[in-house]
Amino acid sequence: MMETAPKATFLDANEIVINMGPQHPSTHGVLRVILKLDGEKVLGTECVIGYLHRGVEKIAENRTYVQFTPYVDRMDYVAAVSNGLGYCEAVEKLLGVEVPPRARYVRTILTELNRITSHLLWLGTHAMDLGAFTPLFYTFREREEILKVFENYCGARLTTHAFRIGGLQYETYDGFEEQVKAICDTFPAKIDEYEVLLTLNRIWLERTKKVGILKAEDAIDLGVTGPVLRASGVQWDIRKAMPYAAYEEFEFDIPTGENGDTYDRYLVRVEEMRQALRIARQAVDRLPSGPILGKVPKVIKPAVGEVYHSIEAPKGELGYFVVSDGSTQPYRVRVRPPSFINLQALDRMVRGHLVADVVAVIGTLDIVLGEVDR
Amino acid sequence: MAEDQGKEKQASGQEAAGKPAPEAKGAGGKPAAPGKPAAPAAEPWDGELVQSLRKAFPDISLEALTYRAQNYFILPRESALPVAMHLKAECGFNMLADLTAVDYPQREMRFEVIYQLYSFPRNERLRLKVPLGETESIESVVPVWGTADWLEREAYDMFGIRFEHHPDLRRILLPEEWQGYPLRKDYSILQQDTKWVQENLHIESGQ
Repeated sequence: MMETAPKATFLDANEIVINMGPQHPSTHGVLRVILKLDGEKVLGTECVIGYLHRGVEKIAENRTYVQFTPYVDRMDYVAAVSNGLGYCEAVEKLLGVEVPPRARYVRTILTELNRITSHLLWLGTHAMDLGAFTPLFYTFREREEILKVFENYCGARLTTHAFRIGGLQYETYDGFEEQVKAICDTFPAKIDEYEVLLTLNRIWLERTKKVGILKAEDAIDLGVTGPVLRASGVQWDIRKAMPYAAYEEFEFDIPTGENGDTYDRYLVRVEEMRQALRIARQAVDRLPSGPILGKVPKVIKPAVGEVYHSIEAPKGELGYFVVSDGSTQPYRVRVRPPSFINLQALDRMVRGHLVADVVAVIGTLDIVLGEVDR
Repeated sequence: MAEDQGKEKQASGQEAAGKPAPEAKGAGGKPAAPGKPAAPAAEPWDGELVQSLRKAFPDISLEALTYRAQNYFILPRESALPVAMHLKAECGFNMLADLTAVDYPQREMRFEVIYQLYSFPRNERLRLKVPLGETESIESVVPVWGTADWLEREAYDMFGIRFEHHPDLRRILLPEEWQGYPLRKDYSILQQDTKWVQENLHIESGQ
Protein backbone atom coordinates (compact mmCIF):
# COMPACT_ATOMS: atom_id res chain seq x y z
CA MET A 1 0.00 0.00 0.00
CA MET A 2 1.58 3.20 -1.08
CA GLU A 3 1.91 5.95 1.41
CA THR A 4 0.21 9.14 0.49
CA ALA A 5 2.36 12.23 0.55
CA PRO A 6 1.94 14.30 3.71
CA LYS A 7 -0.11 17.44 3.38
CA ALA A 8 2.45 19.92 4.61
CA THR A 9 6.15 19.22 4.60
CA PHE A 10 8.98 20.85 6.41
CA LEU A 11 10.03 22.24 3.07
CA ASP A 12 7.28 24.82 3.44
CA ALA A 13 8.96 26.36 6.42
CA ASN A 14 11.16 29.35 5.90
CA GLU A 15 13.52 28.80 8.78
CA ILE A 16 16.00 26.00 8.89
CA VAL A 17 18.36 25.11 11.64
CA ILE A 18 21.78 24.07 10.48
CA ASN A 19 24.59 22.71 12.54
CA MET A 20 28.12 23.95 11.90
CA GLY A 21 30.79 21.91 13.58
CA PRO A 22 32.22 20.72 15.89
CA GLN A 23 34.24 19.24 13.07
CA HIS A 24 34.46 21.97 10.50
CA PRO A 25 37.43 23.43 8.70
CA SER A 26 36.51 27.01 9.45
CA THR A 27 35.65 26.95 13.08
CA HIS A 28 39.27 27.02 14.21
CA GLY A 29 38.91 24.17 16.57
CA VAL A 30 36.06 22.22 18.04
CA LEU A 31 33.39 24.85 18.03
CA ARG A 32 29.80 24.02 17.28
CA VAL A 33 27.60 26.82 16.01
CA ILE A 34 23.92 26.15 15.53
CA LEU A 35 22.60 28.51 12.90
CA LYS A 36 18.99 29.42 12.34
CA LEU A 37 18.70 30.48 8.75
CA ASP A 38 16.10 31.97 6.50
CA GLY A 39 17.51 30.85 3.20
CA GLU A 40 21.02 32.20 3.49
CA LYS A 41 20.32 34.91 5.96
CA VAL A 42 21.27 34.26 9.55
CA LEU A 43 18.44 34.82 12.01
CA GLY A 44 20.28 33.70 15.06
CA THR A 45 23.16 31.61 16.25
CA GLU A 46 23.99 29.60 19.29
CA CYS A 47 27.49 28.50 20.17
CA VAL A 48 27.91 25.15 21.83
CA ILE A 49 31.31 24.95 23.41
CA GLY A 50 33.05 22.68 25.85
CA TYR A 51 34.45 20.11 23.46
CA LEU A 52 37.96 20.98 24.58
CA HIS A 53 37.19 21.46 28.26
CA ARG A 54 40.01 19.87 30.20
CA GLY A 55 39.35 21.20 33.67
CA VAL A 56 42.47 23.33 33.86
CA GLU A 57 41.12 25.36 36.75
CA LYS A 58 40.46 22.20 38.74
CA ILE A 59 43.92 20.88 37.94
CA ALA A 60 45.39 24.10 39.28
CA GLU A 61 44.02 23.32 42.72
CA ASN A 62 45.94 20.05 42.73
CA ARG A 63 49.36 21.22 41.64
CA THR A 64 51.86 23.54 43.21
CA TYR A 65 52.32 26.98 41.76
CA VAL A 66 55.39 25.94 39.83
CA GLN A 67 53.89 22.66 38.66
CA PHE A 68 50.94 24.50 37.19
CA THR A 69 53.01 26.73 34.92
CA PRO A 70 53.23 24.27 31.99
CA TYR A 71 49.46 23.75 32.02
CA VAL A 72 48.91 27.39 31.40
CA ASP A 73 50.56 27.26 27.94
CA ARG A 74 48.04 24.72 26.77
CA MET A 75 45.07 27.01 27.04
CA ASP A 76 45.78 29.51 24.30
CA TYR A 77 48.23 27.19 22.63
CA VAL A 78 48.94 29.65 19.86
CA ALA A 79 50.23 32.34 22.21
CA ALA A 80 51.69 30.22 24.96
CA VAL A 81 54.30 32.76 25.96
CA SER A 82 51.64 35.32 26.84
CA ASN A 83 49.75 32.83 28.95
CA GLY A 84 52.90 32.05 30.86
CA LEU A 85 53.63 35.73 31.33
CA GLY A 86 50.19 36.42 32.77
CA TYR A 87 50.33 33.54 35.22
CA CYS A 88 53.89 34.18 36.38
CA GLU A 89 53.16 37.86 36.88
CA ALA A 90 50.00 37.10 38.83
CA VAL A 91 51.86 34.79 41.19
CA GLU A 92 54.69 37.30 41.48
CA LYS A 93 52.15 39.93 42.47
CA LEU A 94 50.74 37.57 45.07
CA LEU A 95 54.21 36.89 46.44
CA GLY A 96 55.34 40.49 46.22
CA VAL A 97 58.42 39.46 44.26
CA GLU A 98 60.16 41.92 42.01
CA VAL A 99 61.42 40.74 38.66
CA PRO A 100 64.86 42.05 37.65
CA PRO A 101 65.06 44.39 34.63
CA ARG A 102 66.82 41.98 32.32
CA ALA A 103 64.14 39.38 32.86
CA ARG A 104 61.43 41.95 32.23
CA TYR A 105 63.02 43.00 28.95
CA VAL A 106 63.50 39.47 27.70
CA ARG A 107 59.95 38.66 28.69
CA THR A 108 58.74 41.64 26.70
CA ILE A 109 60.73 40.63 23.65
CA LEU A 110 59.46 37.07 23.71
CA THR A 111 55.89 38.14 24.35
CA GLU A 112 55.92 40.57 21.46
CA LEU A 113 57.41 37.95 19.15
CA ASN A 114 54.66 35.66 20.32
CA ARG A 115 52.10 38.32 19.50
CA ILE A 116 53.46 38.37 15.98
CA THR A 117 53.28 34.58 15.63
CA SER A 118 49.74 34.57 16.92
CA HIS A 119 48.66 37.27 14.51
CA LEU A 120 50.46 35.57 11.62
CA LEU A 121 48.59 32.36 12.29
CA TRP A 122 45.37 34.32 12.57
CA LEU A 123 46.03 36.10 9.29
CA GLY A 124 46.86 32.94 7.39
CA THR A 125 43.87 30.98 8.62
CA HIS A 126 41.42 33.86 8.40
CA ALA A 127 42.43 34.58 4.82
CA MET A 128 42.21 30.91 3.98
CA ASP A 129 38.70 30.70 5.40
CA LEU A 130 37.66 33.46 3.06
CA GLY A 131 39.27 31.80 0.09
CA ALA A 132 42.65 33.53 -0.08
CA PHE A 133 44.97 30.57 0.12
CA THR A 134 48.28 32.28 -0.60
CA PRO A 135 48.80 34.33 2.59
CA LEU A 136 48.71 31.15 4.64
CA PHE A 137 51.94 29.89 3.15
CA TYR A 138 53.69 33.20 3.48
CA THR A 139 52.65 33.76 7.08
CA PHE A 140 53.63 30.26 8.13
CA ARG A 141 56.98 30.64 6.43
CA GLU A 142 57.67 33.80 8.41
CA ARG A 143 56.35 32.26 11.55
CA GLU A 144 59.10 29.69 11.26
CA GLU A 145 61.73 32.37 11.80
CA ILE A 146 60.24 33.36 15.12
CA LEU A 147 59.58 29.82 16.20
CA LYS A 148 63.27 29.17 15.65
CA VAL A 149 64.00 31.86 18.23
CA PHE A 150 61.68 30.19 20.72
CA GLU A 151 63.19 26.84 20.05
CA ASN A 152 66.70 28.14 20.52
CA TYR A 153 65.67 29.86 23.72
CA CYS A 154 63.61 27.30 25.56
CA GLY A 155 63.50 24.21 23.40
CA ALA A 156 59.89 24.33 22.36
CA ARG A 157 58.15 26.05 19.47
CA LEU A 158 54.55 26.10 20.55
CA THR A 159 53.99 25.37 24.22
CA THR A 160 57.09 27.14 25.36
CA HIS A 161 56.97 27.26 29.19
CA ALA A 162 59.39 30.12 28.74
CA PHE A 163 59.04 31.96 32.02
CA ARG A 164 59.33 31.02 35.64
CA ILE A 165 57.87 32.61 38.71
CA GLY A 166 60.28 35.39 39.54
CA GLY A 167 61.88 35.80 36.14
CA LEU A 168 63.45 33.45 33.67
CA GLN A 169 65.12 30.14 34.02
CA TYR A 170 67.31 30.27 30.96
CA GLU A 171 69.73 32.97 30.08
CA THR A 172 69.42 34.13 26.50
CA TYR A 173 71.51 32.08 24.14
CA ASP A 174 74.46 33.35 22.11
CA GLY A 175 73.07 35.01 19.06
CA PHE A 176 69.68 35.81 20.58
CA GLU A 177 70.01 39.53 20.09
CA GLU A 178 71.30 39.17 16.54
CA GLN A 179 68.49 36.85 15.62
CA VAL A 180 65.83 39.13 17.08
CA LYS A 181 67.36 42.14 15.35
CA ALA A 182 67.39 40.24 12.07
CA ILE A 183 63.71 39.52 12.51
CA CYS A 184 62.95 43.15 13.29
CA ASP A 185 64.86 44.17 10.14
CA THR A 186 63.33 41.76 7.69
CA PHE A 187 59.76 41.51 8.94
CA PRO A 188 58.28 44.87 7.97
CA ALA A 189 58.89 44.01 4.33
CA LYS A 190 57.08 40.72 4.79
CA ILE A 191 54.11 42.41 6.39
CA ASP A 192 54.01 44.71 3.39
CA GLU A 193 53.81 41.61 1.22
CA TYR A 194 50.70 40.43 3.00
CA GLU A 195 49.16 43.86 2.72
CA VAL A 196 49.82 43.89 -0.99
CA LEU A 197 47.87 40.67 -1.26
CA LEU A 198 44.91 41.65 0.84
CA THR A 199 44.46 45.24 1.92
CA LEU A 200 43.28 46.71 -1.36
CA ASN A 201 42.11 43.45 -2.84
CA ARG A 202 38.62 43.85 -4.23
CA ILE A 203 37.49 40.42 -3.10
CA TRP A 204 38.87 40.94 0.38
CA LEU A 205 37.16 44.29 0.68
CA GLU A 206 33.85 42.87 -0.44
CA ARG A 207 34.05 40.06 2.06
CA THR A 208 35.23 42.00 5.04
CA LYS A 209 33.93 45.53 4.83
CA LYS A 210 30.69 46.07 6.76
CA VAL A 211 30.72 42.47 7.92
CA GLY A 212 30.29 41.78 11.60
CA ILE A 213 29.99 45.35 12.77
CA LEU A 214 30.36 45.74 16.52
CA LYS A 215 29.77 49.19 17.88
CA ALA A 216 31.85 50.55 20.71
CA GLU A 217 29.08 50.57 23.34
CA ASP A 218 28.15 47.00 22.50
CA ALA A 219 31.78 45.98 22.66
CA ILE A 220 32.24 47.46 26.12
CA ASP A 221 28.93 46.04 27.33
CA LEU A 222 29.89 42.57 26.15
CA GLY A 223 33.30 42.85 27.75
CA VAL A 224 35.07 42.32 24.46
CA THR A 225 38.75 43.20 24.62
CA GLY A 226 41.81 43.14 22.46
CA PRO A 227 41.96 43.97 18.76
CA VAL A 228 38.19 43.49 18.47
CA LEU A 229 37.58 46.30 20.94
CA ARG A 230 40.20 48.53 19.42
CA ALA A 231 38.76 48.06 15.95
CA SER A 232 35.42 49.28 17.30
CA GLY A 233 37.00 52.58 18.16
CA VAL A 234 37.96 52.23 21.82
CA GLN A 235 41.62 53.01 22.15
CA TRP A 236 42.45 50.81 25.10
CA ASP A 237 45.41 48.56 25.60
CA ILE A 238 46.44 47.16 28.95
CA ARG A 239 50.06 47.65 27.99
CA LYS A 240 49.42 51.38 28.10
CA ALA A 241 46.62 51.59 30.66
CA MET A 242 48.17 49.38 33.35
CA PRO A 243 51.65 48.52 32.17
CA TYR A 244 53.35 45.33 33.18
CA ALA A 245 56.68 43.68 32.30
CA ALA A 246 58.79 46.40 30.71
CA TYR A 247 56.17 48.10 28.54
CA GLU A 248 56.39 51.45 30.29
CA GLU A 249 59.81 52.03 28.90
CA PHE A 250 58.99 51.66 25.24
CA GLU A 251 57.23 53.82 22.75
CA PHE A 252 54.54 52.29 20.67
CA ASP A 253 51.16 53.22 19.22
CA ILE A 254 47.83 51.59 19.71
CA PRO A 255 46.12 51.06 16.37
CA THR A 256 42.41 51.72 16.47
CA GLY A 257 39.69 51.23 13.93
CA GLU A 258 36.60 53.25 13.16
CA ASN A 259 33.76 51.08 12.05
CA GLY A 260 34.23 47.92 14.01
CA ASP A 261 33.87 45.71 10.99
CA THR A 262 35.99 42.76 9.91
CA TYR A 263 38.18 44.91 7.69
CA ASP A 264 39.08 47.19 10.58
CA ARG A 265 39.97 44.23 12.76
CA TYR A 266 42.26 43.04 9.98
CA LEU A 267 43.96 46.43 9.74
CA VAL A 268 44.32 46.70 13.51
CA ARG A 269 46.02 43.34 13.81
CA VAL A 270 48.37 43.99 10.91
CA GLU A 271 49.37 47.28 12.47
CA GLU A 272 49.80 45.58 15.83
CA MET A 273 52.36 43.32 14.23
CA ARG A 274 54.35 46.35 13.14
CA GLN A 275 54.10 47.88 16.60
CA ALA A 276 55.20 44.62 18.15
CA LEU A 277 58.31 44.72 16.01
CA ARG A 278 58.90 48.26 17.16
CA ILE A 279 58.71 47.24 20.81
CA ALA A 280 60.92 44.23 20.28
CA ARG A 281 63.48 46.38 18.49
CA GLN A 282 63.61 48.92 21.31
CA ALA A 283 63.84 46.19 23.91
CA VAL A 284 66.62 44.30 22.22
CA ASP A 285 68.62 47.49 21.60
CA ARG A 286 68.49 48.43 25.25
CA LEU A 287 68.68 45.01 26.82
CA PRO A 288 70.25 45.48 30.28
CA SER A 289 72.52 42.98 31.87
CA GLY A 290 71.97 41.53 35.27
CA PRO A 291 70.27 38.66 37.06
CA ILE A 292 67.38 36.91 35.46
CA LEU A 293 65.57 35.59 38.49
CA GLY A 294 64.25 37.64 41.39
CA LYS A 295 64.31 36.69 45.04
CA VAL A 296 61.87 33.83 45.08
CA PRO A 297 61.70 31.44 48.01
CA LYS A 298 62.55 27.83 47.35
CA VAL A 299 59.07 26.72 48.26
CA ILE A 300 56.45 29.07 46.91
CA LYS A 301 53.88 29.61 49.59
CA PRO A 302 52.19 32.97 49.14
CA ALA A 303 50.41 34.56 52.06
CA VAL A 304 46.67 34.19 52.30
CA GLY A 305 45.06 36.52 49.84
CA GLU A 306 44.03 36.89 46.27
CA VAL A 307 45.12 38.85 43.29
CA TYR A 308 43.73 39.60 39.84
CA HIS A 309 46.31 40.37 37.22
CA SER A 310 45.65 40.77 33.56
CA ILE A 311 47.80 41.28 30.51
CA GLU A 312 47.19 42.19 26.92
CA ALA A 313 47.37 38.82 25.22
CA PRO A 314 47.12 38.74 21.42
CA LYS A 315 43.46 37.72 21.78
CA GLY A 316 42.46 40.30 24.39
CA GLU A 317 42.58 40.78 28.12
CA LEU A 318 43.91 37.60 29.65
CA GLY A 319 43.37 37.72 33.38
CA TYR A 320 44.41 35.44 36.20
CA PHE A 321 42.61 35.53 39.52
CA VAL A 322 44.76 33.55 41.94
CA VAL A 323 43.51 32.81 45.45
CA SER A 324 46.01 31.57 47.97
CA ASP A 325 45.24 29.89 51.26
CA GLY A 326 48.80 29.93 52.47
CA SER A 327 49.71 26.47 51.23
CA THR A 328 51.95 25.41 48.37
CA GLN A 329 49.01 24.78 46.06
CA PRO A 330 46.74 27.56 44.87
CA TYR A 331 43.28 27.49 46.36
CA ARG A 332 41.68 28.68 43.14
CA VAL A 333 43.05 29.83 39.83
CA ARG A 334 40.55 31.48 37.60
CA VAL A 335 41.58 32.29 34.06
CA ARG A 336 39.68 35.12 32.43
CA PRO A 337 39.72 33.85 28.86
CA PRO A 338 39.53 36.58 26.20
CA SER A 339 38.39 34.19 23.49
CA PHE A 340 35.46 32.93 25.57
CA ILE A 341 34.19 36.43 26.20
CA ASN A 342 34.82 37.62 22.65
CA LEU A 343 32.94 34.61 21.32
CA GLN A 344 29.84 35.78 23.12
CA ALA A 345 29.72 38.68 20.72
CA LEU A 346 29.36 36.34 17.75
CA ASP A 347 25.60 36.26 17.94
CA ARG A 348 25.24 40.00 17.90
CA MET A 349 27.74 40.48 15.14
CA VAL A 350 26.35 37.94 12.74
CA ARG A 351 22.61 38.59 12.76
CA GLY A 352 21.29 39.66 9.42
CA HIS A 353 24.38 38.57 7.56
CA LEU A 354 24.72 35.65 5.20
CA VAL A 355 26.02 32.24 6.08
CA ALA A 356 29.36 32.90 4.45
CA ASP A 357 29.84 35.86 6.75
CA VAL A 358 29.59 33.63 9.80
CA VAL A 359 32.90 32.14 8.75
CA ALA A 360 34.39 35.58 8.35
CA VAL A 361 33.23 36.69 11.78
CA ILE A 362 34.42 33.59 13.59
CA GLY A 363 37.78 34.10 11.96
CA THR A 364 37.95 37.75 12.79
CA LEU A 365 37.26 37.19 16.46
CA ASP A 366 40.46 35.16 16.57
CA ILE A 367 39.36 32.53 19.01
CA VAL A 368 41.38 29.60 20.22
CA LEU A 369 39.20 26.83 21.55
CA GLY A 370 41.80 25.81 24.08
CA GLU A 371 41.19 29.11 25.76
CA VAL A 372 37.44 29.18 25.29
CA ASP A 373 37.00 25.82 26.93
CA ARG A 374 40.08 25.53 29.14
CA MET B 1 39.16 45.11 61.15
CA ALA B 2 37.00 42.39 59.70
CA GLU B 3 34.89 40.35 62.03
CA ASP B 4 32.69 38.15 59.88
CA GLN B 5 33.71 34.62 59.10
CA GLY B 6 34.44 35.64 55.55
CA LYS B 7 37.70 37.07 56.78
CA GLU B 8 38.51 34.35 59.27
CA LYS B 9 41.20 32.81 57.19
CA GLN B 10 42.90 36.09 56.44
CA ALA B 11 42.50 37.43 59.94
CA SER B 12 44.24 34.48 61.54
CA GLY B 13 47.17 34.98 59.22
CA GLN B 14 47.29 38.65 60.06
CA GLU B 15 47.21 38.28 63.82
CA ALA B 16 50.42 36.32 63.67
CA ALA B 17 52.07 39.17 61.79
CA GLY B 18 50.39 42.22 63.15
CA LYS B 19 52.46 44.80 61.34
CA PRO B 20 51.08 45.58 57.91
CA ALA B 21 54.25 47.08 56.46
CA PRO B 22 57.57 45.31 56.10
CA GLU B 23 59.33 48.60 56.79
CA ALA B 24 58.09 48.49 60.36
CA LYS B 25 60.35 45.56 60.97
CA GLY B 26 63.23 46.98 58.95
CA ALA B 27 64.56 49.02 61.83
CA GLY B 28 65.30 45.92 63.84
CA GLY B 29 66.05 43.67 60.87
CA LYS B 30 69.79 43.78 61.03
CA PRO B 31 71.70 41.02 59.17
CA ALA B 32 72.38 39.32 62.46
CA ALA B 33 68.72 38.51 62.99
CA PRO B 34 67.14 38.08 59.54
CA GLY B 35 63.48 37.89 60.42
CA LYS B 36 60.87 37.32 57.77
CA PRO B 37 59.09 40.53 56.79
CA ALA B 38 55.56 40.70 58.04
CA ALA B 39 52.98 39.00 55.89
CA PRO B 40 50.92 41.54 53.95
CA ALA B 41 47.47 42.11 55.28
CA ALA B 42 44.20 43.19 53.80
CA GLU B 43 43.80 46.75 54.98
CA PRO B 44 40.69 48.84 55.16
CA TRP B 45 40.30 51.20 52.27
CA ASP B 46 38.57 54.51 52.24
CA GLY B 47 38.27 56.74 49.29
CA GLU B 48 35.88 58.85 47.34
CA LEU B 49 34.40 55.73 45.76
CA VAL B 50 33.81 54.07 49.13
CA GLN B 51 32.14 57.14 50.53
CA SER B 52 29.91 57.59 47.53
CA LEU B 53 28.80 53.99 47.86
CA ARG B 54 28.20 54.28 51.58
CA LYS B 55 26.12 57.39 51.00
CA ALA B 56 24.08 55.72 48.27
CA PHE B 57 23.56 52.55 50.30
CA PRO B 58 23.59 53.56 53.96
CA ASP B 59 21.88 50.49 55.31
CA ILE B 60 23.90 47.66 53.83
CA SER B 61 26.98 46.25 55.48
CA LEU B 62 29.67 47.17 53.01
CA GLU B 63 33.26 46.29 53.77
CA ALA B 64 35.94 48.06 51.81
CA LEU B 65 39.39 46.51 51.85
CA THR B 66 42.54 46.55 49.84
CA TYR B 67 45.22 43.92 49.39
CA ARG B 68 48.38 44.30 47.32
CA ALA B 69 47.00 47.57 45.98
CA GLN B 70 43.82 45.95 44.70
CA ASN B 71 40.61 47.33 46.10
CA TYR B 72 37.57 45.26 46.81
CA PHE B 73 34.21 45.39 48.49
CA ILE B 74 32.47 42.61 50.34
CA LEU B 75 28.73 42.92 49.90
CA PRO B 76 25.70 41.00 51.09
CA ARG B 77 23.91 39.10 48.41
CA GLU B 78 20.73 41.17 48.17
CA SER B 79 22.67 44.31 47.44
CA ALA B 80 24.81 42.89 44.66
CA LEU B 81 22.56 43.98 41.81
CA PRO B 82 21.71 47.49 43.14
CA VAL B 83 25.36 48.19 43.89
CA ALA B 84 26.34 46.92 40.45
CA MET B 85 23.82 49.21 38.80
CA HIS B 86 25.03 52.14 40.86
CA LEU B 87 28.66 51.45 40.06
CA LYS B 88 27.94 51.31 36.37
CA ALA B 89 25.62 54.29 36.21
CA GLU B 90 27.21 56.67 38.69
CA CYS B 91 30.80 55.63 39.11
CA GLY B 92 31.67 54.69 35.55
CA PHE B 93 32.45 51.00 35.94
CA ASN B 94 31.24 50.12 32.52
CA MET B 95 33.04 46.84 31.94
CA LEU B 96 32.66 43.58 33.75
CA ALA B 97 36.04 41.99 33.24
CA ASP B 98 35.26 38.71 34.95
CA LEU B 99 32.63 36.96 37.01
CA THR B 100 33.51 33.84 38.87
CA ALA B 101 33.13 32.08 42.17
CA VAL B 102 35.28 30.44 44.81
CA ASP B 103 34.19 27.56 47.02
CA TYR B 104 34.97 27.72 50.73
CA PRO B 105 33.20 24.66 52.11
CA GLN B 106 34.45 25.26 55.62
CA ARG B 107 32.62 28.57 55.83
CA GLU B 108 28.96 28.93 56.57
CA MET B 109 28.43 30.92 53.38
CA ARG B 110 29.98 28.41 51.12
CA PHE B 111 30.47 30.31 47.91
CA GLU B 112 31.90 33.69 47.17
CA VAL B 113 30.87 35.22 43.89
CA ILE B 114 33.57 37.50 42.54
CA TYR B 115 33.00 40.35 40.11
CA GLN B 116 36.01 42.05 38.56
CA LEU B 117 35.00 45.46 37.31
CA TYR B 118 36.87 47.97 35.22
CA SER B 119 36.13 51.58 34.56
CA PHE B 120 37.31 53.03 31.28
CA PRO B 121 36.95 56.69 32.26
CA ARG B 122 38.74 56.20 35.59
CA ASN B 123 41.17 53.49 34.45
CA GLU B 124 40.51 51.71 37.68
CA ARG B 125 39.82 48.15 38.65
CA LEU B 126 37.51 47.06 41.42
CA ARG B 127 36.48 43.72 42.81
CA LEU B 128 33.17 42.83 44.42
CA LYS B 129 32.94 39.75 46.60
CA VAL B 130 29.52 38.44 47.53
CA PRO B 131 29.31 35.54 50.00
CA LEU B 132 26.56 33.11 49.16
CA GLY B 133 25.17 30.12 50.96
CA GLU B 134 24.96 26.74 49.31
CA THR B 135 21.27 26.82 48.57
CA GLU B 136 20.97 30.55 48.04
CA SER B 137 20.70 32.17 44.68
CA ILE B 138 21.87 35.57 43.52
CA GLU B 139 20.41 38.11 41.13
CA SER B 140 21.87 37.99 37.68
CA VAL B 141 23.72 41.10 36.55
CA VAL B 142 23.00 40.48 32.88
CA PRO B 143 20.81 43.62 32.74
CA VAL B 144 23.82 45.67 33.82
CA TRP B 145 26.61 44.13 31.76
CA GLY B 146 25.91 41.85 28.80
CA THR B 147 29.14 39.93 29.41
CA ALA B 148 27.61 38.30 32.44
CA ASP B 149 25.54 35.98 30.27
CA TRP B 150 28.10 33.32 29.56
CA LEU B 151 30.14 34.04 32.67
CA GLU B 152 27.17 33.30 34.92
CA ARG B 153 26.41 30.19 32.92
CA GLU B 154 29.93 29.04 33.58
CA ALA B 155 29.66 29.76 37.30
CA TYR B 156 26.43 27.78 37.34
CA ASP B 157 28.03 24.96 35.40
CA MET B 158 31.08 24.68 37.62
CA PHE B 159 29.62 25.50 41.03
CA GLY B 160 25.88 25.08 40.83
CA ILE B 161 25.18 28.69 41.76
CA ARG B 162 21.76 29.77 40.54
CA PHE B 163 21.42 33.24 39.06
CA GLU B 164 17.88 34.58 39.26
CA HIS B 165 16.39 36.06 36.10
CA HIS B 166 19.23 34.95 33.91
CA PRO B 167 17.94 34.76 30.32
CA ASP B 168 19.16 31.22 29.72
CA LEU B 169 20.79 29.48 32.67
CA ARG B 170 22.15 26.15 31.59
CA ARG B 171 25.45 24.39 31.39
CA ILE B 172 27.95 25.78 28.99
CA LEU B 173 31.21 23.84 29.15
CA LEU B 174 29.90 20.49 30.29
CA PRO B 175 27.18 18.54 28.54
CA GLU B 176 23.64 19.49 29.51
CA GLU B 177 22.87 16.21 31.24
CA TRP B 178 26.03 16.13 33.36
CA GLN B 179 25.44 15.65 37.05
CA GLY B 180 27.69 17.28 39.54
CA TYR B 181 29.51 20.59 39.84
CA PRO B 182 33.21 20.03 39.24
CA LEU B 183 34.86 23.08 40.75
CA ARG B 184 33.34 22.47 44.17
CA LYS B 185 35.88 21.25 46.66
CA ASP B 186 33.97 18.05 47.40
CA TYR B 187 34.21 16.97 43.75
CA SER B 188 37.38 14.94 43.51
CA ILE B 189 39.92 15.59 40.76
CA LEU B 190 39.38 12.10 39.37
CA GLN B 191 35.63 12.13 39.67
CA GLN B 192 33.42 12.02 36.58
CA ASP B 193 29.77 11.54 35.85
CA THR B 194 30.35 7.87 34.97
CA LYS B 195 26.76 7.33 33.98
CA TRP B 196 26.98 10.04 31.33
CA VAL B 197 30.37 8.77 30.15
CA GLN B 198 29.10 5.22 29.79
CA GLU B 199 25.92 6.16 28.04
CA ASN B 200 27.33 8.70 25.67
CA LEU B 201 30.89 7.63 25.05
CA HIS B 202 30.27 3.88 25.33
CA ILE B 203 33.29 3.25 27.48
CA GLU B 204 33.55 1.93 30.99
CA SER B 205 35.08 5.01 32.49
CA GLY B 206 36.95 8.07 31.40
CA GLN B 207 39.95 7.22 33.55
